Amino acid sequence: MNTELTGVVVTFLLTILLAYPLGKYIAKVFAGEKTITDFMNPFERFIYRISGINTSRGMNWKEFLTAMLAINSLWFIYAFFLLLTQGSLPLNPDGNTSMTPDLSFNTAISFLVNCNLQHYSGESGLTYLTQLFVITFLQFVSAATGIACAVALFNGLKHKTTDDLGNFWAIFVKSITRLLLPICIVIAILLAFNGSPASFDGKDTITSLQGDTVNVSRGPSAGMIAIKHLGTNGGGWFGVNSAHPLENPNYLTGMLELIAQVLIPMAMLFALGFYIKRKKLAYTIFGIMTVGMLFLVVPTIIWEMNGSSEIAKLGILQATGAMEGKEVRFGPAASGYWSIITTIISTGSVNSMHDSSMPLSGMMQMLGMLINAFYGGCGVGILNYYIYIIIAVFIGGLMVGRTPEFMGHKVEAREVKIAAMVTLLSAFLIKGGTALAAYYFVNHGDADWAVKPAAWLNNPANHGFSEMFYEFTSSNANNGSGFEGLGDNNIFWNVTTGFAMILGRFLPIIGPIAIAGMLAKKKYIPETAGTLKIDSLTFGILTFAIIIIITALSYFPPLVLGPIAEYLGM
Amino acid sequence: MKKYVWPSVKLTVVFIIICSVLYPLLIAGVAKLAPGGGKGETVTVDGKIVGYANIGQKFTEDKYFWGRPSAVDYNAAGSAGSNKGATNPDYLKQVQERIDSFLMHNPSVKKAEIPAELVTASGSGLDPDLSPYGAKIQVKRIAAARKLDEAKLISLVDQQTNKPLLGLFGPAKVNVLKLNIELNKLK
Repeated sequence: MNTELTGVVVTFLLTILLAYPLGKYIAKVFAGEKTITDFMNPFERFIYRISGINTSRGMNWKEFLTAMLAINSLWFIYAFFLLLTQGSLPLNPDGNTSMTPDLSFNTAISFLVNCNLQHYSGESGLTYLTQLFVITFLQFVSAATGIACAVALFNGLKHKTTDDLGNFWAIFVKSITRLLLPICIVIAILLAFNGSPASFDGKDTITSLQGDTVNVSRGPSAGMIAIKHLGTNGGGWFGVNSAHPLENPNYLTGMLELIAQVLIPMAMLFALGFYIKRKKLAYTIFGIMTVGMLFLVVPTIIWEMNGSSEIAKLGILQATGAMEGKEVRFGPAASGYWSIITTIISTGSVNSMHDSSMPLSGMMQMLGMLINAFYGGCGVGILNYYIYIIIAVFIGGLMVGRTPEFMGHKVEAREVKIAAMVTLLSAFLIKGGTALAAYYFVNHGDADWAVKPAAWLNNPANHGFSEMFYEFTSSNANNGSGFEGLGDNNIFWNVTTGFAMILGRFLPIIGPIAIAGMLAKKKYIPETAGTLKIDSLTFGILTFAIIIIITALSYFPPLVLGPIAEYLGM
Repeated sequence: MKKYVWPSVKLTVVFIIICSVLYPLLIAGVAKLAPGGGKGETVTVDGKIVGYANIGQKFTEDKYFWGRPSAVDYNAAGSAGSNKGATNPDYLKQVQERIDSFLMHNPSVKKAEIPAELVTASGSGLDPDLSPYGAKIQVKRIAAARKLDEAKLISLVDQQTNKPLLGLFGPAKVNVLKLNIELNKLK
């Protein structure tokens, strides 16, 4: 077998091998059982004490969400002002300037919501202070927020009837002390020993072998690269993210970063099974998600390895696949695999430039984000999938003519309305945003913005449309990758995607937790022979079909206008 | 609301200290033991730093192995890819120009033998590597420019080739900077 393919297969198998025990561990941590990290107990109690937090009491879904939103609002204000003034703050060896207000707004939201859309380039757009105090900080806490919200869902599912979704503060703190921080330390050290910089030295100037003078950007990047993957954040230290040879120096770090980004989303599924003691349900969900992932990954790898037919027409050998925007040390197979993993998981880090992928591979990347629940982001992947489950339960109930039930609770109009609204919101934000952008591009091409609309697009025709569509898809999905040819650092993109990101984050968190809270409060109805069995293969296939139908109905037209038309024109 | 604000403020301060101060300092400390001391691994010739091991450099002279085309001209303080789509006509024109230029400098190479990596820009603009084939296709030009034996150059490429990880995973590659440093040592 080709070594590029063995690399991809083994990377995926290693991920499962590590995610399973980690899932068991996560379930134990949040159930308060004995684990090997119990030595952190006194440290956590110390954090609770100095922060004035009472963890003895659980929270109902409204209290839980209030606590989550309160601390998130604070982080937004903090990040916004630090970015706005970074040029005059310390730890700025390269003398980079402060951000404009609209870019600060966009960047603060982007990292707050675990999206990590970047309308700047890391080498020149941030200082070491903001890289650490804004970016790295938010990468930890936004991932912990996602995990905490998923655990609230677990708590709602665990008990027959309960008001108590857990204590937000305690789950949040433990997500960092027991999960994110220890694993990040291991990953960061491995990265540093493979060549990622970790010191605070600024830009270096050297004379190259041929005699050119070259500046080399560096910085304390290894720690940030670790959390950006483990927390499914994805924002790069350097402009080109993990395609940069210092951010991802060799094939080993490539495997490491790929495993790190899938690890927690996958482990959370297994954790669900252990935590609510319904392992079969977890395996069914894992199976469906894996099948969905393979549907996207396999064709993408084939298309990228086959190379570009347009360049083949110029008479050039395509033995090493489509190499535009790719790095030799990863090759087309690992680049294709990464491009799907990073879009289904909501990481959004890249090891190749998605804008230069083959047209249909680009469509697969978009589909990964449009569905956003094949494993999905840190914690929030499960929440997104839960919405699909509620809709499937509802439709399944209609099909058999019974009041739909989910794990012993009646699913009624209020819950289904919330689920439907969350689903429709994405379609509205993505297509509405793209339509608005296309309108400005066509009708107000010379608007006096930092980048004029007429100069937004780096590619003409259908591919240009794809660049705009991708940007809103990525913002709404809190993914953060881009067709980076788009000239996005101007007031239009900074503001519109800022709103798309914040709505695309918090409503899909509030919705599922509200549903879980409402359902958990209802009277428990024991299962009978007529109950829809949610851990059965039939129900799994129904959910999968619902996902495909919703996505196809919502997004077929823009996908035709973008990647499909481009492909047909080749 | 007030009962949520103060815990939020204090918890934020605690985690700024942990995640933004202690954690990076710990990693920077441990990285001092790594090759390059956490500052990036450099390559020296006769005691002089000529580059970073992982950062590709621009080579334009016929006597050197060339790396991949770069959208940012190997600017290691501003990495970027071209972000050109596969069907963009301007982009295809640019690829055609690269093909013509390569053929002009390598008259003995047939067009169908040129690997895609030598006419397409890398993702980072700083790709330090080539496939072994991408290096060997340039041997005739370099042998002529340096008046060296071709076989010697071929074996140099083989000797500088990094096998896939553990011989099993990922592509084989050659670091262009290290290859050129060894090339300078050949007589």
